[in-house]
Amino acid sequence: MGRKLLTEHVNVEGIETFAVYRKHGGYRAVEKALKMTPDEVVEEVKKSGLRGRGGAGFPTGMKWSFLAKPEGVPRYLVCNADESEPGTFKDRYLMSKLPHLLIEGMIAGSYALGARTSYIYIRGELLYVLRILEKAIAEAYAAGFLGENILGSGYSLDLHVHPGGGAYICGEETALLESLEGKRGNPRNKPPFPAVQGLYARPTVVNNVESIAAVVPILNLGGDEYAKIGVGRSTGTKLFSACGHLNKPGIYELELGVPVEEFIYSDEYCGGIWKGRELKAVVAGGSSVPILPKELILKTAAGENRLMTYESLSDGGFVTGTMLGSGGFIAMDETTCIVKNTWNFSRFYHHESCGQCSPCREGTGWLEKVLHRLEHGHGSMHDIDLIVSVAKQIEGNTICPLGEAAAWPVAAAVRHFRDEFEWHVTHPKEATQPGAVYRGNLVMA
Amino acid sequence: MAKITFDGIEVEVPDGTTILNAARKIGGSVVPPAMCYYTPLKGSGGKCRACLVRVAAGSAKDPRPMPKLVASCITPVQDGMVVENTTSQQVLDVRKGIVEMLLINHPLDCPVCDQAGECDLQNFAFEHGVSTTRYEEERRTFEKIDIGPYIQLHMTRCILCYRCVYTADQLTEGRVHGVLGRGDAAEIGTYIENSIDKDFSGNVIDVCPVGALTDKTFRFKSRVWFTKPVNAHRECTHEKCTGHVTLWYKGKDVLRVTARKDEYGEVKEWICNECRFEKKETSDWVIEGPAHIDRSSVISANHYELPVINPQVIADLPESTVRELEQNPPLKLGGPNGTSF
Repeated sequence: MGRKLLTEHVNVEGIETFAVYRKHGGYRAVEKALKMTPDEVVEEVKKSGLRGRGGAGFPTGMKWSFLAKPEGVPRYLVCNADESEPGTFKDRYLMSKLPHLLIEGMIAGSYALGARTSYIYIRGELLYVLRILEKAIAEAYAAGFLGENILGSGYSLDLHVHPGGGAYICGEETALLESLEGKRGNPRNKPPFPAVQGLYARPTVVNNVESIAAVVPILNLGGDEYAKIGVGRSTGTKLFSACGHLNKPGIYELELGVPVEEFIYSDEYCGGIWKGRELKAVVAGGSSVPILPKELILKTAAGENRLMTYESLSDGGFVTGTMLGSGGFIAMDETTCIVKNTWNFSRFYHHESCGQCSPCREGTGWLEKVLHRLEHGHGSMHDIDLIVSVAKQIEGNTICPLGEAAAWPVAAAVRHFRDEFEWHVTHPKEATQPGAVYRGNLVMA
Repeated sequence: MAKITFDGIEVEVPDGTTILNAARKIGGSVVPPAMCYYTPLKGSGGKCRACLVRVAAGSAKDPRPMPKLVASCITPVQDGMVVENTTSQQVLDVRKGIVEMLLINHPLDCPVCDQAGECDLQNFAFEHGVSTTRYEEERRTFEKIDIGPYIQLHMTRCILCYRCVYTADQLTEGRVHGVLGRGDAAEIGTYIENSIDKDFSGNVIDVCPVGALTDKTFRFKSRVWFTKPVNAHRECTHEKCTGHVTLWYKGKDVLRVTARKDEYGEVKEWICNECRFEKKETSDWVIEGPAHIDRSSVISANHYELPVINPQVIADLPESTVRELEQNPPLKLGGPNGTSF
């Protein structure tokens, strides 16, 4: 059984309350942080090698050190709790089960960054989590961990939870800030980056829920000790939300470095594929990362075991690799129609494009429509090249990464499963039968 | 000051200048197209992605290329930056793609559109697009929307450049319109059937790069190339309006009044609704003289002497010379007798 740093006490009765959380060592990290200087806290996070858990994997400590610190100007720490990528559902678990862990991380992080007001921007649909957090924040205020002069240290912090309107684009950090300011959630052009001009045009750090929560064990253990966990530049533990055709889908906290094969097949984790079927493909880091067929997700192109780390999953670039992303691990068995699945992802990105920049606004809809045609047996061979070409026209040319998120799954699906797309063109009648799926030359119904 | 190389041409510009404005300092055909950027409007740019360029070297200090193409209208120059625009095949390919995307939902109704001949998208598509599209699906259409007495909104033609939203936000009091919906369902709209009739709101017509917002007092009166632009001014009592305009004549009638624009189609001085919509008599104005017509404008088409080649002379020329002349006709050949060669 691997070491658990975030979810160690998740099954303790009443852990969502301040009293029980405190009894199990809660808020020690805040006490420790307040005895250090803010720069020392940033240094600990830097030493830990923690990489952003929201998807991009940027080193958190480095992000914190980029924050501009002009005199007399407020700074903000904003927690990005707008989790909504298909396949990713770890943040809401963390927040609903361990609200005080996030609050503790927010206090320590805010202290490190010199923020006097911090925000948790939560997805609008997660009203029940919002209520849990608000209750926990009230408890933290009552216990003197929030508000004026925390624990007599002279440091004061106000923490607010802000529900969004339920748009996926508001998970993009600059769109989130726009939304938090009360405007339409459109991404901003960068530069300026939020570290220089963020919320209300003030220096701001936006971090994922899990990244902020991870500050707690980092401070408790010390950055150096935390960095010993994991493999290479992928340090610490990470939550993975496993779903799809698995015997035991769920949320698992892993020390980074567990082999993918072990994660899928061992009883400790996902327990193998549902109904004893064959694994066909995996989307390893949420729906926006490239899909990989079984042979590439278990082993790299060089024949090495693929590990659950940032580096190993992206080994081979997008030709033979993928990304760790947000940890949304979607397994698909042999009965999955890749064309239908790709169309489904495309529907999502089409629906969620903000419509601000031309390639994403027009391209995501175009992709969805052509994929709809292919899936429903009206496509042509030309359409397969067309979707690759349109995906390429979107990728890299948009204001924010939603363009890439829409383009990568389509390009990867065609790259690895072109046969299946062609089969939809050459056998439209078979392909459109309910439950029909391509498996070499066989049709399974 | 920062020295940058743009398509092999060196130019020195003040720090903080954007790549696009540095290119405009060079001028001519190397200037990237811009559909959403509009110099007088704060915050505009970065959306249409028409002006994407490749930065082959970030700066003298950090000469690494930028990983993605960047929007030249919002990216500031750095000393020693090397930018590729027309010299990069990647950039030209992307522009083709952007034209294709923009034309997915923009109807090619130029024959009935009042913006024909003055349309940025028309120029952009002509210079960077291809003559066919690969889009086979149904296009989006809209019911006619009434937004008041002065401005006609043709939502089908809108390419969501946001220029009119910034204009309304920055020039008029009490904004009544904006972008509704998202993705390809996004549209310019007013809040609950409102009308756009605030003072200065007529400027949204001038900033619209396509024919989505047109002047109701001018619609269908004439094609723009049949009109004659004349600069004029009047003593306008509006505190923000300078009264400097361009009158568009057809015969003795003033068909349209617009603000004066620079060579990139950007308004130099905003004008009020009274000047634009209500002063359509020559007697209302002090005429300054004919407005400058850019060489690339559709109005200047056919207004220069055509290369006319005397058939008699052609008969005497070697065949290879005739072929070359046909392919590259000289612009100035003198009169119809073609005696200059």
